[in-house]
Amino acid sequence: MTDAGRGHRWRKFKNAAMLSLAGLAVLAAVVPLFMIFFYTLSRGIGSVNLDFFTQMPKPVGESGGGMANALAGSGILVGLGCLFGLPVGVMAGIYLAEFGQNRFGMVVRFMTDVMSGIPSIVVGVVAYILVVLPMGHFSALAGGVALALLMIPTVTRTTEEMLKLVPDSYREAALALGVQQWKASVRVILPAAMKGITTGLLLAIARAAGETAPLLFTALGNRFWSTDIGQPIASLTVIIFDYAKAPFEDWNRQAWAAAFVLIGLIFVVNLLFRYFTRDKYGRA
Amino acid sequence: MPKISTKNINAWFGKTRALRGISLDVPEKQVVAIIGPSGCGKSTFLRSLNRMHEVAGGTIEGKVLLDGEDAYALDPVVLRRRVGMVFQKPNPFPTMSVFDNVAAGLRLNGVRDKKRLAEVVEKSLRHAALWDEVKDSLDKSGVSLSGGQQQRLCIARTLAVNPEVILMDEPASALDPIATARIEELIHELKKEFTIVIVTHNMQQAARVSDFTAFLYLGELIEYDATTKLFTTPGNKQTEDYITGRFG
Ligand SMILES: Nc1ncnc2c1ncn2[C@@H]1O[C@H](COP(=O)(O)OP(=O)(O)OP(=O)(O)O)[C@@H](O)[C@H]1O
Ligand SMILES: [Mg+2]
Repeated sequence: MTDAGRGHRWRKFKNAAMLSLAGLAVLAAVVPLFMIFFYTLSRGIGSVNLDFFTQMPKPVGESGGGMANALAGSGILVGLGCLFGLPVGVMAGIYLAEFGQNRFGMVVRFMTDVMSGIPSIVVGVVAYILVVLPMGHFSALAGGVALALLMIPTVTRTTEEMLKLVPDSYREAALALGVQQWKASVRVILPAAMKGITTGLLLAIARAAGETAPLLFTALGNRFWSTDIGQPIASLTVIIFDYAKAPFEDWNRQAWAAAFVLIGLIFVVNLLFRYFTRDKYGRA
Repeated sequence: MPKISTKNINAWFGKTRALRGISLDVPEKQVVAIIGPSGCGKSTFLRSLNRMHEVAGGTIEGKVLLDGEDAYALDPVVLRRRVGMVFQKPNPFPTMSVFDNVAAGLRLNGVRDKKRLAEVVEKSLRHAALWDEVKDSLDKSGVSLSGGQQQRLCIARTLAVNPEVILMDEPASALDPIATARIEELIHELKKEFTIVIVTHNMQQAARVSDFTAFLYLGELIEYDATTKLFTTPGNKQTEDYITGRFG
């Protein structure tokens, strides 16, 4: 065989080897995801019924009932987290990307990175000191603040990174039209980066929705229906935590159901968010 | 009075000096071509006329006069509305339709009146010789057009804010010969209403479209004269070498 033929075979072999490695890596990433999904599905689906969504938890010892309060509570907590966290994070990201080439920008960037590494339970303590102590009691508000603090670093840095990926030529085109810099950032650069930023926001929201530790001493939990943000509030994650370690089989089953519902909700929110933020030329 | 006049401008990128004492007058409603080898400072010169040089982090010294008044005393936002710019690579805003791209300059400066926007968009697209090709697809994405159409879209976008001067940095270098010819025709048309400064690598193009030509070399203005004169009887040996292709 000629040298050229051998070189060709070797290249083809290398190509196939790299492809298989990449394929294996994808499997390693996806298989645990499916395992978690199907395991929670198999353990939880039996207890997911209409009651689960519409009924309140039953007193200790009685079986049945649902988690309507925790569903609403999680919604409110994540909503509050988004309300406080997303605007701050996105605006900080815009600042860093468009005006942050100075010492102050560097300090903010560094602090954000440090903040994103802080364990969530510590963030809970911070929210406890900031909100629970002054108010004198646990509340949904404090939980929302804790979740917002967790979301801000991720949102800030993804917003910044995504804005920086937008080619300078668009920025220059806008400025050359006599558009003020902040307007160019918000009306031209931000929309161009929206797809990437959306992904960042979703990751932050999903992470917040799955947090338990920072809620333990902020939102606390509540066996009853409450939508008052000044009062303690139930959440799916805290209920999973409580029910999973409880010595009642019915509660354990309900914990699985709650876990399954939580995963399902994050999935649905992801899809909806992507649908509504797709650009008008149909690219999701 | 010249439309634009530069007095001894020097420009830097940090410690790199890109322009060395350039003084040059751009007459009103004429086309001035800037030629010279790569890296000689053509883009820098153009970008110092509308203060885009600062946007890339550069610094500048000397005076730029617009209608005899200090251009650097104006708010850059105001200056750039009077002195518009078309870039080398077509850069329509990716999230905007054809219509929105042309309307962008007005909209982002607060114009809401739908009728006025529609009028300006149509006028600018006609002016940029693009109207007939896009009039039925104004809400298509701006980046879905061909390269040459995109560049004319960018020209329309610049025209829409009604500038007095248009700066063009190698506007046809990314285009095929037919699209290039259309841009050159367009420059002939636009000259009736606008003052144009165009950077080009292509000497035939400079000879075809411009009334005056400036030859830059290593940041210095070597020669500036009527285009016919500069290309037939250059007054400087370096210019002659460059236009006859002996270097550059
Ligand atoms: N952003 C920048 N940072 C640092 N130096 C730069 C920058 N842009 C240009 N320069 C330098 O300034 C000088 C002039 O550059 P300029 O872009 O004006 O040249 P040009 O004549 O337009 O070249 P070309 O024909 O290749 O576009 C060059 O030496 C270049 O290396
Ligand atoms: Mg250039």
